[in-house]
Amino acid sequence: MEIGIGHYLSVAAALFTIGIFGIFLNRKNVIIILMSIELMLLAVNINLVAFSSFLGDLTGQVFALVVLTVAAAEAAIGLAILVVYFRNRGSIAVEDLNIMKG
Amino acid sequence: MTDVQLYIDATSFAPELALAIGAMMLLLVGVFSGDRFSETITWACVALIGLTAFFVVTGGAGRVLAFNGGMVADPFGRFMKLTVLAGSALALLMSLEFLRDEKLARFEYPLLVTLATLGMLIMVSANDLIVLYLGLELQSLALYVLAAFARDTVRSSEAGLKYFVLGALSSGMLLYGASLIYGFTGSTNFDSIASTIGASGMSVGLMIGLVFLLAGLAFKISAVPFHMWAPDVYEGSPTPVTAFFAGAPKIAAIALFLRVVFGPFAGAQHQWFQIIALISVSSMILGAVAAIGQSNIKRLMAYSSIGHMGYALIGFAAASPAGVQGVLIYLVIYLAMTAGTFVVIMMMRRNGQPIEDIAELSGLSERDPTSAYLLAILMFSLIGIPPLAGFWGKWFIFLAAIDAKLYWLAVIGFVTSVIGAYYYLNIIRLMFFEAPAQEFEKPLGTVNAILLAGSTAFVLFFVVLPAPLVAAAQVAAQSLFK
Repeated sequence: MEIGIGHYLSVAAALFTIGIFGIFLNRKNVIIILMSIELMLLAVNINLVAFSSFLGDLTGQVFALVVLTVAAAEAAIGLAILVVYFRNRGSIAVEDLNIMKG
Repeated sequence: MTDVQLYIDATSFAPELALAIGAMMLLLVGVFSGDRFSETITWACVALIGLTAFFVVTGGAGRVLAFNGGMVADPFGRFMKLTVLAGSALALLMSLEFLRDEKLARFEYPLLVTLATLGMLIMVSANDLIVLYLGLELQSLALYVLAAFARDTVRSSEAGLKYFVLGALSSGMLLYGASLIYGFTGSTNFDSIASTIGASGMSVGLMIGLVFLLAGLAFKISAVPFHMWAPDVYEGSPTPVTAFFAGAPKIAAIALFLRVVFGPFAGAQHQWFQIIALISVSSMILGAVAAIGQSNIKRLMAYSSIGHMGYALIGFAAASPAGVQGVLIYLVIYLAMTAGTFVVIMMMRRNGQPIEDIAELSGLSERDPTSAYLLAILMFSLIGIPPLAGFWGKWFIFLAAIDAKLYWLAVIGFVTSVIGAYYYLNIIRLMFFEAPAQEFEKPLGTVNAILLAGSTAFVLFFVVLPAPLVAAAQVAAQSLFK
């Protein structure tokens, strides 16, 4: 069986869905949410690189590199905010994120 | 040839370049001089924003593509840039006193606002999915930090964390949509996407990509069903940050939203119309109904802004230059109204603490009649009572909807305005007909008093001289429909 663009897109869609469910179903730890966000962005990268190779167009790979860079910055800021939160609250459990009811 | 192109790139994006270089230089100044000079740096940032606005005004007319078609400078972009810059400058000025009182006056604050503004300018001039993403992230990353700026309080850091998690989720969805759009059109450039859709229509993959992209953008303007972050983040963030969130970032996100639906996806109007109409109606209803039970004034403003974004989206659904013109006028008026309201919210302090309960406004007309009357004018304008500016904002939008034969949208907008009037009128009732609560700590400072007077004057006298704003919005809106 030949591996075509459809297979890559399916893998990326599955990873993206796992990422979204990881954010909403996880009740334990905020770190897991950060991992889920990372997973979503990597699913996007698989999409971009697969399309880039399929279309024979380099833009997708440039886009993937940009996404990687921004994801690193985003993770750094997320962890920094998490550290600040932990200092104030003494916990990073998702169910403790409840000072304000929304 | 390349030199000529470089010159065009640099001159048409002089505002962005000036803001970027200026922000980085002020960052160095801040690092070496420390927090003692934070107010000087705030004023320097306001001056820098003024300089940027000067470059926007003087920087040529017409539509110029730069950076290999990645960015575009056109009348629409210039109008939105000026509005965003005004929003940021207002937010910086009104923050001075509050940050001093709260001992939050650190030099990072004005710089984060300036860098977020740079991100917004890039969003507004994006003509490529990559530029769109970069601008959006530059803005968002600065805003996450701003939400958690009072880093010694649980509420602010919780607001920052919630905003970060949901913001990153929305960026992920937007990006997934962008990747599908790239894959199914073969390009990230808005103009090529538009011509591909014009030539071969919308495929299923493109449709899914569009839905994800719109979901990400709807999150940034906190439209229902992606509004859940707004009340918590508004409540938890320090009040000047909330005031900033309610203004400039929403305007920039609406500008980007307009660019996307009337640029690359102009040929897919049937598809996005349904999505936007649904978001618009549900935002208006939730904004009107959910605000009624709120006792915290910042939460109330969050629901109010959700509702106002719903009204702005009616102008999208009309899909005409008149509709877009209505949106632009609405945004400018909305900015003035919220800025004035937040100035009063920042005045609410007692025993060295900010207070946020609506009941604390009781009897303000006896304690501080000037502020009470000015706030009452702003509230009447938020409801949309003629002849105040808020009425004319809604007028232009509803008129465009009626022209586009979207009677039901205009009717729902009218009904939700009436329902929403309840909670604005409730504030007025508290101020004028209830026994006075305890005095606030101190009256408005000079800068904030000027801002409150200025925004109220704009709201009050817009009807006398509407022509400049209406004409500028018309030129801007028409440039979007080339």
